[in-house]
Amino acid sequence: MEPLSLDALSEIDTHLSDEERMVRDSVRRFVRERYAARAGELFEEERFPVELIPELAELGVLGAGLKGYGCAGMSAVEYGLILQELEYGDGGLRSFVSVQGSLAMYAIHAYGSEEQKQKYLPEMAQGKLIGCFGLTEPDSGSDPGSMTTRARRDGDSWVLSGTKMWITNSPLAHLAVVWAKVDDGGPESIQGFIVERGARGFETPKIHGKMSLRASETGEIVLDECRVPASAILPNKRGLGGPLGCLTQARFGISWGVLGAAKACFESTVEYARTRVQFGVPIASKQLMQERLVEMAVEIVKGDLLALHFGRIKDRHGRLRPEQVSLCKRENVRTALDVARSCRAVLGGNGILLEYPAIRHMLNLESVYTYEGTHEVHTLVLGKALTGLDAF
Amino acid sequence: MKILVALKRVADPDNANKVKIPASGDKVETAGLEWKLNPFDDYALEAALRLTENGKNPKARVGEVVVVTLGPKECETQLRSALATGADRAIRVEATDEALDGRLVAHALRAIVAEEKPDLVVMGKQAVDGDNNQVGQALAELLDWPMATFAATIEEEAAGSVLVGREVDGGVCTLRLKPPAVITVDLRIVAPASVYSKHTDKAHKYADGVRFAALPAIMAAKKKPLAVKTLAEVTGGATPTASYAKFELPPARKAGIKVKDVAELVQRLATEAKVL
Repeated sequence: MEPLSLDALSEIDTHLSDEERMVRDSVRRFVRERYAARAGELFEEERFPVELIPELAELGVLGAGLKGYGCAGMSAVEYGLILQELEYGDGGLRSFVSVQGSLAMYAIHAYGSEEQKQKYLPEMAQGKLIGCFGLTEPDSGSDPGSMTTRARRDGDSWVLSGTKMWITNSPLAHLAVVWAKVDDGGPESIQGFIVERGARGFETPKIHGKMSLRASETGEIVLDECRVPASAILPNKRGLGGPLGCLTQARFGISWGVLGAAKACFESTVEYARTRVQFGVPIASKQLMQERLVEMAVEIVKGDLLALHFGRIKDRHGRLRPEQVSLCKRENVRTALDVARSCRAVLGGNGILLEYPAIRHMLNLESVYTYEGTHEVHTLVLGKALTGLDAF
Repeated sequence: MKILVALKRVADPDNANKVKIPASGDKVETAGLEWKLNPFDDYALEAALRLTENGKNPKARVGEVVVVTLGPKECETQLRSALATGADRAIRVEATDEALDGRLVAHALRAIVAEEKPDLVVMGKQAVDGDNNQVGQALAELLDWPMATFAATIEEEAAGSVLVGREVDGGVCTLRLKPPAVITVDLRIVAPASVYSKHTDKAHKYADGVRFAALPAIMAAKKKPLAVKTLAEVTGGATPTASYAKFELPPARKAGIKVKDVAELVQRLATEAKVL
């Protein structure tokens, strides 16, 4: 008997419009034809395929969730479907698109002046300008209010000092959205600044030796008395709510994206288990293996329904509560990581090879577990919401 | 240049195992099938788009591509997909597969050609469901137009003629057609250097395969015109002259046998399979 696919099991398509399916299928075909075959090699080489940027832009995935300024204007559900297909290829590919669209472009779109939007967004959608997003610092991760990066007003300029860490895309970015406390203020003074490459005192050393998201460029942003014009400040938001608002966008996308990784692991593992013969029979005919595969499938289908449920609410109301986004990110990343680890185990010794996608996705997901709010931080967000008591 | 591209949806060839035939054997069970554009028609659309653009700047169209299909309302999914990929307009002729045969489809297309007056009609060399390979040839005959089948390359010449390369045994047969003409395409038509409009530099290389529908174009496709006609309008009430007598699935493969050594293999090939 032919195995039932996850999509056939969940019949998720019955909840999607023709356009939504077309968007998904177009990105799906792109990822499978243009990326999937190279995914292991790029991971091994620790390289993001910059030559693919014009094609990604042509496809329309950069800033796809934004309206106007040359962006595709996709709904929340469509944007989620796009990210899921990208992460089916690799978490590094999805991270590139998430950071460009949900973080860098979103920050400018939401908090920038009209002039800034006109200047940057169309070229960012076309992939001619690549952006990154500097919030995390070496000593400021889950507690972003403790950041030490400062912006000081000096005549017609702002002078920025500080170091940002774990910045996706920073080594190849043409511009960075950097968050800093203004003058001698506290967290309430935090504002965003657009720093263009070439500004004196702006450097982006690459972080080497990562065992996760190797096909994504990660670096620091070092600001050494970096002088930018007065017009570089994002004028329309002050305080920690600025960067956190961007993260809420990105986290929502991640809760869709990771299921792509889980599906890639699951599909390849079912195929393996049906053909790998031990004790004279395919291992998929063993009850222990079937239990593993069933657990995975059930969790993935639940994850799809969770993402779609909140995606529909986001499209209807224009927003989600941060706690709802925490719920989605926390749950679906955990699901995906569990699935990837379980697939790795089913694959046995072959599971440690890059030839199979499981260990690559498993390693990638270790980053996703931690970035965009760790699993634990999202637990605390939900705990606080459900009890009314702050346990941070 | 104006091009009419004839499209057909087919049951997803990657899920051929889902094709079911009821015990009566009088039809193919279509409920629950996944539908896709016939791959050769997908290639025809790509060829038509290449012929109506400068490959360096594909967004600026220098011609018109009209896609047409005969089928039920659900086929509009495939038409919208073609519009998202770059076609300018779509026409659907309301019909069910049972009410059609190759000849009737060719007659319907002739009526649409009379109305649209395209320079070229381009379509896949065959649909992968019935594999009949009839419609292109029948249409050329009905129109009394020149025809090139199984095209692997198409080049538009400055004088307005088209050079069509057809891969034949032992080489390439090149035809020069003076439009209007009918061209049916083979899979190599979507290779990087297969199709050139007169606007595209010969040094230009296309990405291999069929282009991807860009996300903004998918949204814009909703607003592109899609006209619907009845079958009677385009066939004058004619009915199919071919009918299907019976359908049956290929017999299930029988399990093979294992031989213990080469000697036994040779012996069985000689005495049982009788191929030696």
